[in-house]
Amino acid sequence: MSTPYYVSPEQIRQDKEDFVRRGIAQAKEVVVLEYRDGLLMVAENPRKTTFKISEIYDRIAFAAAGRIAEYEILRVVGIREAEIKGFRYYREDVTAKWLTNLYSQHMGAVAQAWDAKPLEIELLVCELGATDAPDGSNLRNNRIYHIAFDGIYSEEEKYAVIGGRATAITEILQQHYSDGLELTAALQLVTNTFRTVEADAEDDYEITPQSIEVACLEQTVERRKFRRLSTDEVTSLLS
Amino acid sequence: MLDLSDYGTSDFFQIIKRRHPELLTTLNSSDVVQNPHVPESSFRTYEGTTVLAVVYDAGVLMAGDRQATEGYQVGERRIQKVYPVDRHSAIAVAGAAGPCIEMARLFQVEVEFYEKTEGVNLSLEGQANFLSHLVRANLGLAMQGLIVLPLFAGYDLKRQRGRIFKYDAVGGRYEEDDYYAIGSGGKDARSTLKKRYTPQINRQAALEIVVEALWDAADEDIATGGADLIRKIFPTLYTVTEDGVTEVPEATVEALYRDFIARL
Repeated sequence: MSTPYYVSPEQIRQDKEDFVRRGIAQAKEVVVLEYRDGLLMVAENPRKTTFKISEIYDRIAFAAAGRIAEYEILRVVGIREAEIKGFRYYREDVTAKWLTNLYSQHMGAVAQAWDAKPLEIELLVCELGATDAPDGSNLRNNRIYHIAFDGIYSEEEKYAVIGGRATAITEILQQHYSDGLELTAALQLVTNTFRTVEADAEDDYEITPQSIEVACLEQTVERRKFRRLSTDEVTSLLS
Repeated sequence: MLDLSDYGTSDFFQIIKRRHPELLTTLNSSDVVQNPHVPESSFRTYEGTTVLAVVYDAGVLMAGDRQATEGYQVGERRIQKVYPVDRHSAIAVAGAAGPCIEMARLFQVEVEFYEKTEGVNLSLEGQANFLSHLVRANLGLAMQGLIVLPLFAGYDLKRQRGRIFKYDAVGGRYEEDDYYAIGSGGKDARSTLKKRYTPQINRQAALEIVVEALWDAADEDIATGGADLIRKIFPTLYTVTEDGVTEVPEATVEALYRDFIARL
């Protein structure tokens, strides 16, 4: 009887992690940050219909970096599960924490399966806090969850970044972010940060209103808080 | 792991029928059809309605009374029979209250689910056609006397006008150009609209004839609720225009009723 190969669990995990890091390193970034009226989400994405940022449910949005085929299916399944839960109980019972757990379990199971390739994606699940104060005085109720490829997730405060140069962008945000920014200021902070990071990059990716995708979850009277900003709107905010 | 198998369908009704049939007690009524001898009077349900839609120059106005009856009793005074669906459409329902509300709720989720998964809105025609399937799915219960008939209206962005769709019990879909009313008081409301309606009327005129039609329906039909000036309960009115679906404020509806009563 031949001796089976032995590979230590640490080695398997390390190999998978290295594999995913190499994939994610290519991925363009998505930033989410709290501003005065809600949560702003900005991605480097020149495409017109293949989005990195999407609406999931009334107060919940989704952002992804990495392979589109791998996160698109999770986006749709997230909408499905959220709608089923809201239909069964009540719309307010659908929370980002619950959805994050769902994604986390799935991504963790895929990462641990011996015959499957781990997902080369990172996700952000964001939820606009319920408010009865329109001045945004209870902004702290907003939730941002960052889910790594292996399902390990963390709850972030004020802002979070996914994608290849997430660390560099987070460092810049740490220096320049302040509470209670207006939408324009928040958007300018993100685009300036993207520009700084792109200046060090080899590709000539220019940050213009056409090359970024912008959406927000904002406190309005509407039930659905998610709003995608058109290129024209972004242009006027940045001018 | 999440079940990713029905990725690719944007039809929430199909998904929920397959995965969670227990959530569709009324719209999945094949078991009731198998036993069609349940006596109709073995349980009582809330019913009775007048809902209507009127096309006006900027879009379409949809309205419904607020009363549900249980036999010869008032079952509920503040029930809602008109629901916004997406940014440019609304549904009104007539029939047995429970299945009616379920159909309106499911239809709203269906249209929104399609919009979110596909990234574009389901067309008004598409919404109207889908509603046919929901009505047909309720056929088993309709044969037991628990009929649900919707009235569907929306603003067609391509044609730049309001449109109205009515249905029969087997899911037949018919379009009305100007106005329509359904429910136990529907015929009375239609008589008033027939006399008062003129093409391309403005919003104010549309509001006035709708109030008059609802008044006449409540006057003639015992199952239709009127304006309750003491409890401050008034019919629900929604306008659907290019700018979206907007509920007419209760104060405006009250003022319309008071003006109308003063003219009587």
